[in-house]
Amino acid sequence: MKIGVLAVQGDVREHLRVLSRLGVEAVPVLKPSHLAGLAGIVLPGGESTAMWRLMRTTGLAEALKSQLDAGLPAFGTCAGMILLAKKITNWPETFFGLLDIAVERNATGRQVDSFEERLTVDGLGEVPAVFIRAPLVRRVGEGVEVLARWQGQPVLVRQGALLGASFHPELTGDDRIHAYFLEICTQTKPPQEAATRLNGEIAP
Amino acid sequence: MEKGTYRVKTGFADMFKGGVIMDVTTPEQAKIAEEAGAVAVMALERVPADIRAQGGVARMADPKKIKEIMDAVSIPVMAKVRIGHLAEARILEALGVDFIDESEVLTPADPFHHIDKWQFKVPFVCGCRDLGEAARRIAEGAAMIRTKGEAGTGNVIEAVRHMRLLNDQIKRLRGMDRAELVSYAKELGAPLEMLEMIREQGRLPVVNFAAGGIATPADAALMRMLGADGVFVGSGIFKSADPEKRARAIVLACTHYDDPELLAQVSEDLGEPMPGVEIDKIPQEELMQYR
Repeated sequence: MKIGVLAVQGDVREHLRVLSRLGVEAVPVLKPSHLAGLAGIVLPGGESTAMWRLMRTTGLAEALKSQLDAGLPAFGTCAGMILLAKKITNWPETFFGLLDIAVERNATGRQVDSFEERLTVDGLGEVPAVFIRAPLVRRVGEGVEVLARWQGQPVLVRQGALLGASFHPELTGDDRIHAYFLEICTQTKPPQEAATRLNGEIAP
Repeated sequence: MEKGTYRVKTGFADMFKGGVIMDVTTPEQAKIAEEAGAVAVMALERVPADIRAQGGVARMADPKKIKEIMDAVSIPVMAKVRIGHLAEARILEALGVDFIDESEVLTPADPFHHIDKWQFKVPFVCGCRDLGEAARRIAEGAAMIRTKGEAGTGNVIEAVRHMRLLNDQIKRLRGMDRAELVSYAKELGAPLEMLEMIREQGRLPVVNFAAGGIATPADAALMRMLGADGVFVGSGIFKSADPEKRARAIVLACTHYDDPELLAQVSEDLGEPMPGVEIDKIPQEELMQYR
Protein backbone atom coordinates (compact mmCIF):
# COMPACT_ATOMS: atom_id res chain seq x y z
CA MET A 1 0.00 0.00 0.00
CA LYS A 2 1.33 3.43 -0.99
CA ILE A 3 0.58 6.41 1.25
CA GLY A 4 1.55 9.96 0.33
CA VAL A 5 2.62 12.75 2.64
CA LEU A 6 1.99 16.26 1.36
CA ALA A 7 5.56 17.58 1.22
CA VAL A 8 5.41 21.25 0.23
CA GLN A 9 6.25 22.35 3.78
CA GLY A 10 6.03 21.15 7.39
CA ASP A 11 6.97 18.10 9.44
CA VAL A 12 6.95 15.76 6.47
CA ARG A 13 9.92 13.63 7.57
CA GLU A 14 8.25 12.74 10.89
CA HIS A 15 5.14 11.41 9.12
CA LEU A 16 7.17 9.51 6.51
CA ARG A 17 9.11 7.87 9.35
CA VAL A 18 5.95 6.73 11.19
CA LEU A 19 4.42 5.34 8.00
CA SER A 20 7.61 3.45 7.13
CA ARG A 21 7.67 1.97 10.65
CA LEU A 22 4.13 0.73 10.02
CA GLY A 23 5.33 -1.10 6.92
CA VAL A 24 3.69 0.88 4.11
CA GLU A 25 5.39 2.59 1.19
CA ALA A 26 5.51 6.27 2.21
CA VAL A 27 6.12 8.87 -0.51
CA PRO A 28 6.46 12.66 -0.42
CA VAL A 29 3.92 14.49 -2.59
CA LEU A 30 5.17 17.71 -4.18
CA LYS A 31 3.37 17.79 -7.52
CA PRO A 32 0.22 16.43 -9.14
CA SER A 33 2.03 13.47 -10.72
CA HIS A 34 3.00 12.19 -7.26
CA LEU A 35 -0.67 11.51 -6.48
CA ALA A 36 -0.91 8.52 -8.80
CA GLY A 37 -1.59 5.21 -7.09
CA LEU A 38 -2.01 6.50 -3.55
CA ALA A 39 -4.26 4.65 -1.13
CA GLY A 40 -4.28 7.64 1.21
CA ILE A 41 -2.55 10.92 1.97
CA VAL A 42 -1.31 12.58 5.15
CA LEU A 43 -1.45 16.37 5.40
CA PRO A 44 1.25 17.24 7.93
CA GLY A 45 1.73 20.02 10.44
CA GLY A 46 3.20 23.30 9.25
CA GLU A 47 1.70 26.63 8.27
CA SER A 48 -1.61 26.13 6.48
CA THR A 49 -1.35 29.48 4.66
CA ALA A 50 2.16 28.67 3.35
CA MET A 51 1.19 25.12 2.38
CA TRP A 52 -1.86 26.29 0.47
CA ARG A 53 0.01 28.97 -1.47
CA LEU A 54 2.66 26.43 -2.41
CA MET A 55 0.01 23.93 -3.54
CA ARG A 56 -1.81 26.53 -5.59
CA THR A 57 1.18 27.54 -7.71
CA THR A 58 1.91 24.04 -9.00
CA GLY A 59 -1.68 22.90 -9.57
CA LEU A 60 -1.34 20.43 -6.69
CA ALA A 61 -4.25 22.03 -4.80
CA GLU A 62 -6.69 21.36 -7.65
CA ALA A 63 -5.36 17.87 -8.40
CA LEU A 64 -5.47 16.80 -4.76
CA LYS A 65 -8.92 18.36 -4.34
CA SER A 66 -10.32 16.19 -7.13
CA GLN A 67 -8.76 13.09 -5.53
CA LEU A 68 -10.22 13.97 -2.14
CA ASP A 69 -13.61 14.66 -3.73
CA ALA A 70 -13.43 11.17 -5.23
CA GLY A 71 -12.85 9.66 -1.80
CA LEU A 72 -9.09 9.47 -1.31
CA PRO A 73 -8.59 8.90 2.45
CA ALA A 74 -6.78 11.77 4.16
CA PHE A 75 -5.35 12.37 7.61
CA GLY A 76 -4.65 15.98 8.56
CA THR A 77 -2.65 16.86 11.65
CA CYS A 78 -2.85 20.43 12.97
CA ALA A 79 -2.36 22.59 9.84
CA GLY A 80 -3.41 19.52 7.84
CA MET A 81 -6.76 19.45 9.62
CA ILE A 82 -7.22 23.16 8.86
CA LEU A 83 -6.63 22.39 5.17
CA LEU A 84 -9.40 19.75 5.27
CA ALA A 85 -11.95 21.80 7.27
CA LYS A 86 -15.16 23.17 5.76
CA LYS A 87 -14.98 26.32 7.82
CA ILE A 88 -12.26 28.32 9.57
CA THR A 89 -13.79 30.59 12.19
CA ASN A 90 -10.98 33.18 12.27
CA TRP A 91 -9.63 33.20 8.72
CA PRO A 92 -11.28 34.46 5.51
CA GLU A 93 -10.28 31.53 3.30
CA THR A 94 -11.16 27.86 3.37
CA PHE A 95 -8.87 25.37 1.70
CA PHE A 96 -10.11 21.90 0.65
CA GLY A 97 -13.37 22.47 2.56
CA LEU A 98 -14.37 18.80 2.90
CA LEU A 99 -14.34 17.79 6.56
CA ASP A 100 -17.58 19.11 8.08
CA ILE A 101 -16.09 20.96 11.04
CA ALA A 102 -15.48 24.58 11.97
CA VAL A 103 -11.93 25.06 13.27
CA GLU A 104 -10.32 27.98 14.98
CA ARG A 105 -6.67 28.52 13.99
CA ASN A 106 -4.12 28.91 16.81
CA ALA A 107 -6.94 28.34 19.30
CA THR A 108 -4.65 27.14 22.10
CA GLY A 109 -2.72 30.41 21.93
CA ARG A 110 0.83 31.33 21.09
CA GLN A 111 3.85 29.02 21.36
CA VAL A 112 4.44 29.66 25.09
CA ASP A 113 1.05 27.99 25.65
CA SER A 114 1.82 24.91 23.51
CA PHE A 115 1.70 21.73 25.58
CA GLU A 116 1.88 17.97 25.95
CA GLU A 117 -1.10 16.03 27.25
CA ARG A 118 -2.43 12.47 27.43
CA LEU A 119 -5.74 11.93 25.65
CA THR A 120 -8.25 9.12 25.74
CA VAL A 121 -9.01 8.04 22.19
CA ASP A 122 -12.05 5.91 21.35
CA GLY A 123 -10.93 2.36 20.71
CA LEU A 124 -7.24 3.09 21.40
CA GLY A 125 -7.13 4.09 25.05
CA GLU A 126 -4.64 6.62 26.35
CA VAL A 127 -2.44 8.33 23.74
CA PRO A 128 0.28 10.97 24.21
CA ALA A 129 -0.39 14.20 22.31
CA VAL A 130 1.60 17.31 21.45
CA PHE A 131 -0.41 20.49 20.83
CA ILE A 132 1.49 23.29 19.06
CA ARG A 133 -0.33 26.58 18.50
CA ALA A 134 -3.10 24.13 17.90
CA PRO A 135 -6.39 24.58 16.06
CA LEU A 136 -9.50 23.49 17.97
CA VAL A 137 -12.72 22.15 16.51
CA ARG A 138 -15.48 24.54 17.53
CA ARG A 139 -18.38 22.80 15.72
CA VAL A 140 -18.84 19.40 14.17
CA GLY A 141 -21.42 18.60 11.49
CA GLU A 142 -23.69 15.56 11.46
CA GLY A 143 -21.83 12.48 10.38
CA VAL A 144 -18.64 13.62 12.07
CA GLU A 145 -17.48 11.24 14.76
CA VAL A 146 -15.54 12.68 17.71
CA LEU A 147 -12.80 10.21 18.70
CA ALA A 148 -11.07 12.28 21.37
CA ARG A 149 -11.66 15.46 23.32
CA TRP A 150 -9.49 17.85 25.29
CA GLN A 151 -11.21 20.02 27.88
CA GLY A 152 -14.50 19.11 26.25
CA GLN A 153 -13.37 20.23 22.78
CA PRO A 154 -13.13 17.70 19.95
CA VAL A 155 -9.46 17.20 18.97
CA LEU A 156 -9.64 13.99 16.90
CA VAL A 157 -12.49 13.69 14.43
CA ARG A 158 -13.47 11.36 11.61
CA GLN A 159 -15.91 11.72 8.77
CA GLY A 160 -15.85 8.69 6.49
CA ALA A 161 -12.32 8.44 5.08
CA LEU A 162 -11.23 11.82 6.48
CA LEU A 163 -9.42 12.00 9.79
CA GLY A 164 -8.38 15.23 11.50
CA ALA A 165 -6.27 15.85 14.61
CA SER A 166 -5.59 19.12 16.43
CA PHE A 167 -2.36 17.62 17.71
CA HIS A 168 0.76 15.88 16.38
CA PRO A 169 0.78 12.08 16.83
CA GLU A 170 3.84 12.01 14.54
CA LEU A 171 5.99 13.65 17.23
CA THR A 172 5.42 11.18 20.05
CA GLY A 173 6.66 7.77 18.83
CA ASP A 174 3.19 6.32 19.47
CA ASP A 175 2.02 5.15 16.04
CA ARG A 176 -1.48 3.92 16.89
CA ILE A 177 -3.41 6.82 15.34
CA HIS A 178 -1.47 6.43 12.09
CA ALA A 179 -2.21 2.69 12.22
CA TYR A 180 -5.90 3.56 12.63
CA PHE A 181 -5.66 5.79 9.54
CA LEU A 182 -4.05 2.94 7.57
CA GLU A 183 -7.06 0.76 8.51
CA ILE A 184 -9.30 3.44 7.01
CA CYS A 185 -7.16 3.38 3.84
CA THR A 186 -7.35 -0.42 3.62
CA GLN A 187 -11.14 -0.37 4.02
CA THR A 188 -11.69 2.40 1.48
CA LYS A 189 -12.04 1.53 -2.19
CA PRO A 190 -9.31 3.29 -4.18
CA PRO A 191 -10.66 6.38 -5.94
CA GLN A 192 -10.37 4.82 -9.42
CA GLU A 193 -12.27 7.40 -11.36
CA ALA A 194 -10.22 10.31 -10.13
CA ALA A 195 -6.98 8.38 -10.59
CA THR A 196 -7.86 7.74 -14.24
CA ARG A 197 -8.78 11.34 -14.79
CA LEU A 198 -5.54 12.42 -13.20
CA ASN A 199 -3.48 10.12 -15.40
CA GLY A 200 -5.32 11.31 -18.49
CA GLU A 201 -5.23 15.03 -17.92
CA ILE A 202 -2.62 16.14 -15.48
CA ALA A 203 0.11 13.58 -15.00
CA PRO A 204 2.82 13.59 -17.68
CA MET B 1 -0.86 19.49 30.76
CA GLU B 2 2.81 20.37 30.47
CA LYS B 3 3.92 23.54 28.70
CA GLY B 4 7.32 24.52 27.34
CA THR B 5 8.76 20.98 27.18
CA TYR B 6 11.71 20.31 24.90
CA ARG B 7 9.45 18.21 22.67
CA VAL B 8 7.00 21.08 22.35
CA LYS B 9 9.89 23.40 21.44
CA THR B 10 11.69 21.19 18.92
CA GLY B 11 8.34 19.98 17.56
CA PHE B 12 7.39 23.58 16.80
CA ALA B 13 10.66 24.03 14.90
CA ASP B 14 9.80 20.89 12.89
CA MET B 15 6.71 22.72 11.59
CA PHE B 16 8.93 25.34 9.87
CA LYS B 17 10.73 22.80 7.73
CA GLY B 18 10.81 23.46 4.03
CA GLY B 19 9.81 27.04 4.71
CA VAL B 20 11.08 30.60 4.62
CA ILE B 21 11.29 32.90 7.66
CA MET B 22 11.36 36.56 6.67
CA ASP B 23 12.68 39.65 8.48
CA VAL B 24 10.05 42.39 8.72
CA THR B 25 10.09 45.83 10.30
CA THR B 26 6.42 46.88 9.96
CA PRO B 27 2.97 45.22 10.15
CA GLU B 28 2.57 45.92 6.41
CA GLN B 29 5.75 43.99 5.61
CA ALA B 30 4.59 41.18 7.89
CA LYS B 31 1.35 40.90 5.91
CA ILE B 32 3.26 40.81 2.64
CA ALA B 33 5.42 38.00 4.04
CA GLU B 34 2.39 36.00 5.24
CA GLU B 35 0.62 36.47 1.92
CA ALA B 36 3.74 35.29 0.07
CA GLY B 37 3.79 32.05 2.08
CA ALA B 38 6.36 32.72 4.82
CA VAL B 39 6.16 30.16 7.67
CA ALA B 40 7.07 32.83 10.22
CA VAL B 41 8.29 36.41 10.41
CA MET B 42 11.16 37.90 12.40
CA ALA B 43 10.08 41.21 13.91
CA LEU B 44 12.91 43.74 13.84
CA GLU B 45 13.54 47.44 14.22
CA ARG B 46 16.05 47.49 11.35
CA VAL B 47 17.04 44.77 8.87
CA PRO B 48 20.69 43.62 9.09
CA ALA B 49 21.78 45.66 6.04
CA ASP B 50 20.65 48.85 7.82
CA ILE B 51 22.20 47.79 11.12
CA ARG B 52 25.46 47.30 9.24
CA ALA B 53 25.18 50.64 7.47
CA GLN B 54 24.11 52.70 10.50
CA GLY B 55 26.42 51.14 13.08
CA GLY B 56 25.97 51.76 16.82
CA VAL B 57 24.53 49.32 19.35
CA ALA B 58 21.75 47.17 17.93
CA ARG B 59 19.20 46.03 20.55
CA MET B 60 15.93 44.13 20.92
CA ALA B 61 13.09 45.84 19.02
CA ASP B 62 10.55 48.09 20.75
CA PRO B 63 7.84 45.84 22.30
CA LYS B 64 5.18 48.09 20.76
CA LYS B 65 6.51 47.33 17.30
CA ILE B 66 6.65 43.61 18.04
CA LYS B 67 3.05 43.63 19.34
CA GLU B 68 1.84 45.46 16.22
CA ILE B 69 3.46 42.80 14.07
CA MET B 70 2.01 39.99 16.22
CA ASP B 71 -1.44 41.52 15.81
CA ALA B 72 -1.05 41.87 12.05
CA VAL B 73 -0.42 38.22 11.12
CA SER B 74 -1.64 34.72 11.99
CA ILE B 75 1.71 33.02 11.37
CA PRO B 76 4.32 32.71 14.17
CA VAL B 77 6.34 35.79 15.10
CA MET B 78 9.99 35.56 16.12
CA ALA B 79 12.15 38.33 17.56
CA LYS B 80 15.84 38.81 18.28
CA VAL B 81 17.67 39.35 21.54
CA ARG B 82 21.30 40.26 22.06
CA ILE B 83 23.57 37.31 22.84
CA GLY B 84 23.40 36.66 26.59
CA HIS B 85 20.72 39.29 27.29
CA LEU B 86 18.51 37.46 29.79
CA ALA B 87 16.28 40.44 30.44
CA GLU B 88 15.49 41.09 26.78
CA ALA B 89 14.64 37.40 26.48
CA ARG B 90 12.29 37.54 29.50
CA ILE B 91 10.59 40.58 27.96
CA LEU B 92 10.03 38.81 24.63
CA GLU B 93 8.73 35.71 26.44
CA ALA B 94 6.29 37.88 28.39
CA LEU B 95 5.12 39.50 25.14
CA GLY B 96 4.21 36.04 23.83
CA VAL B 97 6.72 36.01 20.99
CA ASP B 98 6.69 32.49 19.49
CA PHE B 99 10.45 32.00 19.06
CA ILE B 100 13.50 33.96 20.22
CA ASP B 101 16.58 34.34 18.04
CA GLU B 102 19.64 34.86 20.23
CA SER B 103 21.37 36.64 17.42
CA GLU B 104 24.81 37.85 16.42
CA VAL B 105 23.07 40.44 14.23
CA LEU B 106 22.45 42.47 17.39
CA THR B 107 25.31 43.78 19.52
CA PRO B 108 26.25 41.08 22.08
CA ALA B 109 25.36 41.87 25.70
CA ASP B 110 27.36 39.20 27.56
CA PRO B 111 31.05 38.73 26.72
CA PHE B 112 31.19 35.35 28.51
CA HIS B 113 27.95 33.40 28.16
CA HIS B 114 24.97 32.72 25.99
CA ILE B 115 21.53 32.51 27.61
CA ASP B 116 20.69 29.35 29.56
CA LYS B 117 17.76 28.54 27.33
CA TRP B 118 16.51 25.61 29.43
CA GLN B 119 15.12 28.19 31.88
CA PHE B 120 12.58 29.45 29.34
CA LYS B 121 9.20 28.19 28.09
CA VAL B 122 9.67 29.97 24.78
CA PRO B 123 11.95 28.15 22.30
CA PHE B 124 15.23 29.65 21.04
CA VAL B 125 17.07 29.52 17.73
CA CYS B 126 20.81 30.28 17.69
CA GLY B 127 23.40 30.79 14.98
CA CYS B 128 26.44 28.61 14.34
CA ARG B 129 29.49 28.63 12.12
CA ASP B 130 30.47 25.02 12.72
CA LEU B 131 29.63 21.87 14.63
CA GLY B 132 31.26 23.06 17.85
CA GLU B 133 29.07 26.15 18.03
CA ALA B 134 25.97 24.19 17.06
CA ALA B 135 26.62 21.56 19.76
CA ARG B 136 27.24 24.21 22.44
CA ARG B 137 24.05 26.08 21.59
CA ILE B 138 21.97 22.89 21.61
CA ALA B 139 23.53 21.94 24.96
CA GLU B 140 22.42 25.36 26.27
CA GLY B 141 18.87 24.48 25.22
CA ALA B 142 18.47 25.87 21.69
CA ALA B 143 15.53 24.11 20.01
CA MET B 144 16.63 25.14 16.52
CA ILE B 145 19.90 26.07 14.85
CA ARG B 146 20.68 28.26 11.88
CA THR B 147 24.01 28.59 10.18
CA LYS B 148 25.11 32.21 10.56
CA GLY B 149 26.39 33.27 7.16
CA GLU B 150 27.14 36.99 7.13
CA ALA B 151 23.92 38.93 7.65
CA GLY B 152 23.07 42.05 5.66
CA THR B 153 25.55 41.39 2.86
CA GLY B 154 23.37 39.80 0.18
CA ASN B 155 26.39 37.54 -0.33
CA VAL B 156 25.74 33.84 0.17
CA ILE B 157 29.36 32.67 0.47
CA GLU B 158 29.52 32.66 4.28
CA ALA B 159 26.20 30.80 4.57
CA VAL B 160 27.63 28.17 2.23
CA ARG B 161 30.92 28.08 4.14
CA HIS B 162 29.15 27.41 7.45
CA MET B 163 26.80 24.79 6.05
CA ARG B 164 29.63 22.96 4.27
CA LEU B 165 31.80 23.05 7.36
CA LEU B 166 28.98 21.69 9.51
CA ASN B 167 28.25 18.90 7.02
CA ASP B 168 31.93 17.94 6.72
CA GLN B 169 32.36 17.84 10.48
CA ILE B 170 29.28 15.66 10.96
CA LYS B 171 30.60 13.35 8.24
CA ARG B 172 33.96 13.12 10.05
CA LEU B 173 32.20 12.25 13.33
CA ARG B 174 30.66 9.19 11.79
CA GLY B 175 34.01 7.48 11.24
CA MET B 176 35.39 8.16 14.73
CA ASP B 177 35.87 5.72 17.57
CA ARG B 178 35.37 6.87 21.15
CA ALA B 179 38.98 7.95 21.75
CA GLU B 180 38.96 10.07 18.62
CA LEU B 181 35.61 11.53 19.61
CA VAL B 182 36.98 12.62 22.99
CA SER B 183 39.83 14.57 21.37
CA TYR B 184 37.50 15.96 18.73
CA ALA B 185 35.10 17.19 21.43
CA LYS B 186 38.03 19.03 23.01
CA GLU B 187 39.11 20.47 19.65
CA LEU B 188 35.59 21.72 18.88
CA GLY B 189 34.86 22.81 22.45
CA ALA B 190 31.70 20.72 22.27
CA PRO B 191 30.08 18.45 24.88
CA LEU B 192 31.03 14.82 24.26
CA GLU B 193 27.51 13.43 24.84
CA MET B 194 26.12 15.87 22.29
CA LEU B 195 28.67 14.75 19.69
CA GLU B 196 27.83 11.12 20.44
CA MET B 197 24.18 11.82 19.81
CA ILE B 198 24.96 13.64 16.56
CA ARG B 199 27.19 10.74 15.47
CA GLU B 200 24.35 8.24 16.09
CA GLN B 201 21.77 10.30 14.19
CA GLY B 202 24.12 11.46 11.44
CA ARG B 203 22.66 14.96 11.75
CA LEU B 204 21.96 17.68 14.30
CA PRO B 205 19.21 16.64 16.74
CA VAL B 206 17.25 19.82 15.95
CA VAL B 207 16.04 21.60 12.82
CA ASN B 208 18.78 23.54 11.01
CA PHE B 209 18.00 26.49 8.76
CA ALA B 210 20.44 28.59 6.73
CA ALA B 211 20.77 32.34 7.21
CA GLY B 212 22.96 35.32 6.40
CA GLY B 213 23.29 36.54 2.84
CA ILE B 214 20.42 34.79 1.06
CA ALA B 215 19.08 37.22 -1.55
CA THR B 216 17.69 35.23 -4.49
CA PRO B 217 15.53 32.16 -5.13
CA ALA B 218 18.66 30.40 -6.36
CA ASP B 219 20.44 31.21 -3.08
CA ALA B 220 17.57 29.62 -1.14
CA ALA B 221 17.64 26.55 -3.39
CA LEU B 222 21.42 26.27 -2.99
CA MET B 223 21.17 26.20 0.80
CA ARG B 224 18.46 23.53 0.62
CA MET B 225 20.65 21.48 -1.74
CA LEU B 226 23.38 21.65 0.90
CA GLY B 227 21.00 20.20 3.47
CA ALA B 228 19.37 23.20 5.16
CA ASP B 229 15.84 22.42 6.40
CA GLY B 230 14.73 25.90 5.32
CA VAL B 231 16.01 29.48 5.13
CA PHE B 232 15.91 32.80 6.90
CA VAL B 233 15.86 35.79 4.58
CA GLY B 234 16.82 39.03 6.28
CA SER B 235 17.48 42.07 4.17
CA GLY B 236 17.09 40.08 0.92
CA ILE B 237 13.38 40.68 0.51
CA PHE B 238 12.54 44.18 1.71
CA LYS B 239 15.79 45.69 0.40
CA SER B 240 14.97 44.46 -3.11
CA ALA B 241 13.05 46.33 -5.81
CA ASP B 242 9.91 44.13 -5.75
CA PRO B 243 9.57 42.50 -2.29
CA GLU B 244 6.22 40.78 -2.94
CA LYS B 245 7.34 39.04 -6.08
CA ARG B 246 10.75 38.13 -4.65
CA ALA B 247 9.22 36.78 -1.43
CA ARG B 248 6.87 34.50 -3.37
CA ALA B 249 9.71 33.34 -5.60
CA ILE B 250 11.99 32.50 -2.67
CA VAL B 251 9.19 30.53 -0.96
CA LEU B 252 8.65 28.47 -4.11
CA ALA B 253 12.38 27.95 -4.65
CA CYS B 254 12.82 26.74 -1.08
CA THR B 255 10.25 23.96 -1.60
CA HIS B 256 11.13 23.04 -5.20
CA TYR B 257 14.90 23.35 -4.83
CA ASP B 258 15.55 20.23 -6.91
CA ASP B 259 13.36 21.29 -9.84
CA PRO B 260 15.61 23.47 -12.06
CA GLU B 261 12.84 24.28 -14.55
CA LEU B 262 10.63 25.66 -11.84
CA LEU B 263 13.60 27.55 -10.37
CA ALA B 264 14.21 29.13 -13.77
CA GLN B 265 10.57 30.16 -13.99
CA VAL B 266 10.39 31.75 -10.55
CA SER B 267 13.76 33.51 -10.94
CA GLU B 268 12.54 35.42 -13.98
CA ASP B 269 12.00 39.17 -13.95
CA LEU B 270 12.19 39.79 -10.21
CA GLY B 271 13.69 43.27 -10.52
CA GLU B 272 16.83 44.39 -8.72
CA PRO B 273 17.99 42.25 -5.81
CA MET B 274 19.41 43.94 -2.71
CA PRO B 275 22.88 45.41 -3.30
CA GLY B 276 25.58 42.92 -2.34
CA VAL B 277 28.82 43.37 -0.41
CA GLU B 278 32.13 41.56 -0.89
CA ILE B 279 33.02 39.92 2.42
CA ASP B 280 36.72 40.86 1.96
CA LYS B 281 35.75 44.54 1.85
CA ILE B 282 34.25 44.41 5.35
CA PRO B 283 36.72 45.16 8.16
CA GLN B 284 37.24 42.08 10.33
CA GLU B 285 35.79 43.75 13.45
CA GLU B 286 32.55 44.51 11.61
CA LEU B 287 31.83 40.89 10.72
CA MET B 288 28.85 39.66 12.73
CA GLN B 289 29.55 35.94 12.47
CA TYR B 290 32.43 35.98 14.98
CA ARG B 291 30.23 37.33 17.76
